[in-house]
Amino acid sequence: MSSEEVKEKVIAIIADQLGVDPKTITSDTDIANDLGADSLDFAELMIVFEEKFDIDIVEEDAQNITTVGQVIENIEKQLKTK
Amino acid sequence: MPKRVVVTGVGLVTPLGCRVEEVWQSLCAGKSGIRSITEEPLSVFRSKVAGFCDDFVPENYVSVKDTRKLDRFTLFALASAIDAVKASGLDFSKEDPFRCGVITGCGVGGLGEITHQQDRLRNMGPGKVSPYTIPKIMANAAPGQIAITYGLHGPTYSIATACASANSAMSESFRTIRLGEADIVITGGSESAVSELGLSGFCAMRALSERETPPETASCPFDVKRDGFVIGEGAGILVFEELQHAKKRGAPILGEVLGCGATTDACHITQPDAEGIYPAEAMKAALRSASLAPEDLDYINLHGTATKLGDLAETSAIKRALGSYAYKIPMSSTKSHIGHLLGGSGGPEAIFSLLTIRDSIAPPTINLTEPDPQCDLDYIPLKARQINARRVMSNSFGFGGHNVCVIFGKYK
Repeated sequence: MSSEEVKEKVIAIIADQLGVDPKTITSDTDIANDLGADSLDFAELMIVFEEKFDIDIVEEDAQNITTVGQVIENIEKQLKTK
Repeated sequence: MPKRVVVTGVGLVTPLGCRVEEVWQSLCAGKSGIRSITEEPLSVFRSKVAGFCDDFVPENYVSVKDTRKLDRFTLFALASAIDAVKASGLDFSKEDPFRCGVITGCGVGGLGEITHQQDRLRNMGPGKVSPYTIPKIMANAAPGQIAITYGLHGPTYSIATACASANSAMSESFRTIRLGEADIVITGGSESAVSELGLSGFCAMRALSERETPPETASCPFDVKRDGFVIGEGAGILVFEELQHAKKRGAPILGEVLGCGATTDACHITQPDAEGIYPAEAMKAALRSASLAPEDLDYINLHGTATKLGDLAETSAIKRALGSYAYKIPMSSTKSHIGHLLGGSGGPEAIFSLLTIRDSIAPPTINLTEPDPQCDLDYIPLKARQINARRVMSNSFGFGGHNVCVIFGKYK
């Protein structure tokens, strides 16, 4: 999966889960502050990423994620080591 | 001086639809909302019919995001509440939020979601259980969510008395306003338990109808052929309001809440007392609470689930409570149309009771073609009837032995 494909899929998932327009989401978008996700929405998002990409996001990594770009980075890293 | 309590708005979600007037017309026309269970995981049980709210579109009421975070029973309650508040003309920005509460009934909460997340836990591991699980399945998610929607800070809670939950909730709401502790309480009940666990659990008890018959004829309270209830889903929500408060804002008044009564069988956790002693006492308590004599009642919306024992017990109870007047008063079970909404059932039934008062017409008990000789009261079989309904009683009885009756009257 190319970087562009990962980004597209991540944005589509976030848009769907949080009910926002995908066009408003960029790598710099802050998931909590810009998109209004609360801690439960955030935890649910991580589970959905894990399922859709068939990966495991480590708890410690998840705690440091705030932006869409960081999600993409984490997923790409994991897809490479699979 | 106790306050008077009136109903200023109603909303519902039922197997016969989600618009109050349409559901009411269908009911009076003797229509059924029961259909065959065709859904794959639900079609393997002994009971093959249920009342599904197929017309319900949650996106008409909440965001797509919220449709995922809220269980179906909460969505039913919230949608009904939104319609009820709209009908009441209330603008909560003009109300003291600490004088407005929400008290609703629900038997179990998010039963389907419990199974779904349990499956994920077993099959995929603890890390895959949704963080929405607990806030979704808890029975008080419904009143909590309604309070959030309107920013209400008065008393808010959920009551669980199984199939009497909605009537218990309305009783508490009535008292809360009567005692001057709130001006407005959004009340009623909701349930969504037509799930694998719900169906299999009730089937294991042999509580559900297993007859092979066209679905629309499956729910037949007081008929000799009855063999259990038909499960349904849905909600009925009412806005209870203190009379002076309602008058001051020129609110539409659908009817008045006159009284309520509750007792407990304390015999068996699920089987009703065959003599109907305790539900009879609940009816008498409701009459006392409303300062009425049996002859003051014009109609009863029955619990009438179509279980062998339950219908007999309710029949006996009415005779005990009303004496010879039991043979004169018309009564019907609207569960014959929409099935048994469990903890939610009292909500729509209260609304039907109020509409009976408004329109002077009592909906029939459909599918009552061959009355059980032991059920010998006037159940308004098959066809709706014009009646002068000034005061009506709505009965609900629940597993656990809970008997709760609420009396509504014409506002004057």
